[in-house]
Amino acid sequence: MITLEKRLAPSTSASILSPIIAITLTIICGLLMIQAAGKSPVEAFDVYFLFPFNDINTYLNTAPEDRGGLLYQPAEVLVKAIPLALIGIGLAIAFRAGLFNIGAPGQYILGAIFAGGVALHVPENLSRFIVLPLCLIAGAFGGLLWALIPAFLRVRAGANEILTSLMLTYVAALLLDWIVRGPWKDPAGFGFPQTPDFPESAIIPIILEGTRLHWGLALVLIIFAVLWFILARTVTGFRFTVTGLAPKAAHFAGFNQRGTVYLVFLISGALAGLAGAIEATSTIGQLQPEISAEYGFAAIIVAFLGRLHPVGILLAALVLAITYIGGENAQISLGLPKNATLVFQGMLLLFLLTCDALIHYRLRWRTRRRA
Amino acid sequence: MFRTLLLGLATALGLTAAQAADDPLKVGFVYVGPIGDHGWTYQHHEGLKAIEAKYGDKVKTTFVESVSEGPDAERVIRQLAASGHGLIFTTSFGFMDPTVKVAKQFPKVKFEHATGFKRADNLATYSARFYEGRYIAGQIAGKMSKNGKAGYVASFPIPEVIRGVNAFLLGMQSVNPDSEISVVWVNSWFDPGKEADATKALIAQGADIITQHTDSPAPVQTAANAGIPAFGQASDMHEFGKTAQLTSIIDNWAPYYVTRVGKVLDGTWESTDTWDGIQPGMVQMSPYINMDYEIAKAAKETEDLIRLGRLHPFTGPIVDRDGKERVAAGETADDGMMATMDFFVKGVIGDLPK
Repeated sequence: MITLEKRLAPSTSASILSPIIAITLTIICGLLMIQAAGKSPVEAFDVYFLFPFNDINTYLNTAPEDRGGLLYQPAEVLVKAIPLALIGIGLAIAFRAGLFNIGAPGQYILGAIFAGGVALHVPENLSRFIVLPLCLIAGAFGGLLWALIPAFLRVRAGANEILTSLMLTYVAALLLDWIVRGPWKDPAGFGFPQTPDFPESAIIPIILEGTRLHWGLALVLIIFAVLWFILARTVTGFRFTVTGLAPKAAHFAGFNQRGTVYLVFLISGALAGLAGAIEATSTIGQLQPEISAEYGFAAIIVAFLGRLHPVGILLAALVLAITYIGGENAQISLGLPKNATLVFQGMLLLFLLTCDALIHYRLRWRTRRRA
Repeated sequence: MFRTLLLGLATALGLTAAQAADDPLKVGFVYVGPIGDHGWTYQHHEGLKAIEAKYGDKVKTTFVESVSEGPDAERVIRQLAASGHGLIFTTSFGFMDPTVKVAKQFPKVKFEHATGFKRADNLATYSARFYEGRYIAGQIAGKMSKNGKAGYVASFPIPEVIRGVNAFLLGMQSVNPDSEISVVWVNSWFDPGKEADATKALIAQGADIITQHTDSPAPVQTAANAGIPAFGQASDMHEFGKTAQLTSIIDNWAPYYVTRVGKVLDGTWESTDTWDGIQPGMVQMSPYINMDYEIAKAAKETEDLIRLGRLHPFTGPIVDRDGKERVAAGETADDGMMATMDFFVKGVIGDLPK
């Protein structure tokens, strides 16, 4: 019989290595699966994971006048990583404090709705420098409000935040559905459930011409720098970690636990809301029922894969973005089904959790004693 | 660069034919649902297979399934264009704007968008006159329904869908003038769970015959379980409700796709607007079953009349729900009016989101 026995001191290096092992195992098993499906694993690896690097390489080796469009795919990886990283870091702060905010998709949707509300109702001639910040602040505020509900229920009624935050996700999706079909529907949209396009002043400008890479990237990097500083160098950061690791010690240290719950949910909700606002005001440019809210769930993988650390999360967001786009490329060039992407992401989380379990626990083989 | 030069040289020397034989035409498809939806996307995929069967080595086909009608669509279409595809079919209304955008960036690639209305020199549109089939189904429903109440599981309130609802009801009213239709919007093309729920709700409201404008066989299946007849959509859904399906309006895209690929291969492709119905066979009816011989015979007759151009489903007088006359007696609706239809005819119950 096998039992799990807690290790006295989990190895730090193993804990950092864990995601790398998980990624390696995912790639190996994924390639075996592709081999079993009768496709070339080497080609699949190339298409799935190396495409951004191949494209950058081609770009560098191409004469400047022929470079048009070559950076599109690498830029798309960054575009997809932006919301994943923002939501991921917010979730990481919650997870560090031992609070499981699973409702990021709902907070993301509310962020998009609030940003859309501003974008669709500001006077047309207002400057971008006023409208865009307003949209983004409103988005963060929307996500924050939605996250306050599970925090309040947890503090006041002791309700499990995993359940309440998750269920509010569905409420948010229905709210968006109603808004785009009802009050804010585009009168010229042929009955399709969508709002009119946002005015130009509410669209985040593009960094790199010919791609969809926008200035949201810079905002993300600034936010990450600030959050890294708070988590690593301030009492507030310490407060989150202590509350998660040793709630009693946090109590004795004078940290108000209710205050921590509110603060953590406010931050992670605001970040998810901001991600929704950025997505709505960049790649989408309007509100519609489908705004990729599932990023809120994928960001859970990002947070854990990134070891709940800002730098790790940035890298993990890139890895996940690559699997999304690589999955499309694999459909195009290898004819692999879409579900292969979901299998990849599922395996990644499974291996990661297994590695983590083995870091904190050791396996013991025991023979049963005879009576 | 070198490759372009080489190609130019080959063209100049009249070697294009040899070149074409070596380098197959890459044809890309973007699907809104999974190829296993047994409805809309399944039928487009049948078209892809027909292209392969017809042209063999001369073409290479690619498809991307379950592409959401959001920001991902633009990247997928663009990626197909950038990876050497010469002809790209985007097969859902919601892909319209992304297709227009990418078509502008790749003027040499040919695009075809299904059911849309925005065209360009390298962007053609195509659609089928499904409403012809709807009218036949409606006539059958008028004879089969005991209480004159049909249930309609609808996707989005766009002209294409509204036209189908109206055509079905006009067919029904041609045999029973008091007929009514209840419409439920599920706001998705493919969502078996929602489609089944909508069907149950319609049955609970008293509908004794079911039809749908969504892509999964769930409504047919649900109706079969409730012992109520139903009409399939997009492909033959007989397997999912053997005792329920009366007929199915089949989208037969294969001949169109084969023709269009042929035109690219022989260099005669042009941006066109195709809207074909029963006559050339883009819309087909699956066998009329689970009904009396007389009803099946009448349905076949209506089908023939439409094929011969003797019967137009939208023949006046047509009055909308507010009592306003939309088509005068003896006249027929023109294509422009049908393409932008935004009203329900008298007898449709359920809201029409504006």
